[in-house]
Amino acid sequence: MNQEGIRDRLVSKFGEDVVSDATMFRDQLCVTVTKDKIREICRFLRDEPDLAFNFLSFVGAVDNYPRTPRFEVVYQLNSLRHNHRFRIKVRVEEAEGGLGSVDSVVDVWPTADWHERETAEMYGITFNDHPDPRKLLLPEHWTVFPLRKDFPLEGTDDTPDLPPQTN
Amino acid sequence: MAIERHLNDTVHVTNLEWFVNWSRKSSMWPLGFGLACCALEMIAAFVSRYDLARFGMEVARPSPRHADLMIVSGTASKKMIPAVRRIYEQMAEPRWVIAMGACACTGGIYKNYAVVQGIDRHLPVDVYIPGCPPRPEALLDGILQLHAKVMKEQSIRNPRVTRVKVAGE
Repeated sequence: MNQEGIRDRLVSKFGEDVVSDATMFRDQLCVTVTKDKIREICRFLRDEPDLAFNFLSFVGAVDNYPRTPRFEVVYQLNSLRHNHRFRIKVRVEEAEGGLGSVDSVVDVWPTADWHERETAEMYGITFNDHPDPRKLLLPEHWTVFPLRKDFPLEGTDDTPDLPPQTN
Repeated sequence: MAIERHLNDTVHVTNLEWFVNWSRKSSMWPLGFGLACCALEMIAAFVSRYDLARFGMEVARPSPRHADLMIVSGTASKKMIPAVRRIYEQMAEPRWVIAMGACACTGGIYKNYAVVQGIDRHLPVDVYIPGCPPRPEALLDGILQLHAKVMKEQSIRNPRVTRVKVAGE
């Protein structure tokens, strides 16, 4: 199925409101969907026989600082059965005094587990109902989010070499 | 004059310190330990083409308790450094450290939040080998420099005591 066909299936299932933005670039369509429906949308894309996105290639994020909403979480989908790909995004606002959040899709594609953990630690985005919300790559004692645009590349006092001495 | 002459050159007389240093440098056991791409050059130095066995160093030990020499071959990330320090602490005295490559010496091109800016922030380095990565010849030269350094040590009168630096010291 071509890219517009996949978008039209989404719109006919969930209504016009769910697709807030659709950008065509180099024959690839990038569809921004509403955040609170992401889990149902993913399940729909996986389970429909003519879509059959049975493989989640990647989950990542984009920091659009200083624009708002600040973050976009990107899902790169692949269908091994039909050999077609699709990209969906959700916008995540930085919450006041906390972290922005989006629903986890681990129960749709188990491979989202590590992708979401990496995205969470690098950008400071909480994935709701994630089964294992630990850090993946960074040291446990860090409290910073290094891939945010306002984070200095060379690190801060919050990125020490060693964990704090416990004794 | 020399006592060897009277014994028909069947013995060799030297001083104890020279002998201890000579035996240490002649069979220095490196730790089998690679961190990044420099490890491949280190492996090349071990195998037949460059043949580290010529210098009594062919026994790379997987256990730090059997090793004398830690070759820090590559980028040490901050996540890795507690493990590197722990391995160093487990090595028996006397022990030596070679910082191999630009990353181990200074952090190299990785001037960022995730990489230790030189392994000498944590370990007492004896020889620095520049290069990205250094060729096996450079590693061999660094090892020979370390051998020369070992031969100058006051191993009996003033034995070396190396301690791991504590953060903030």
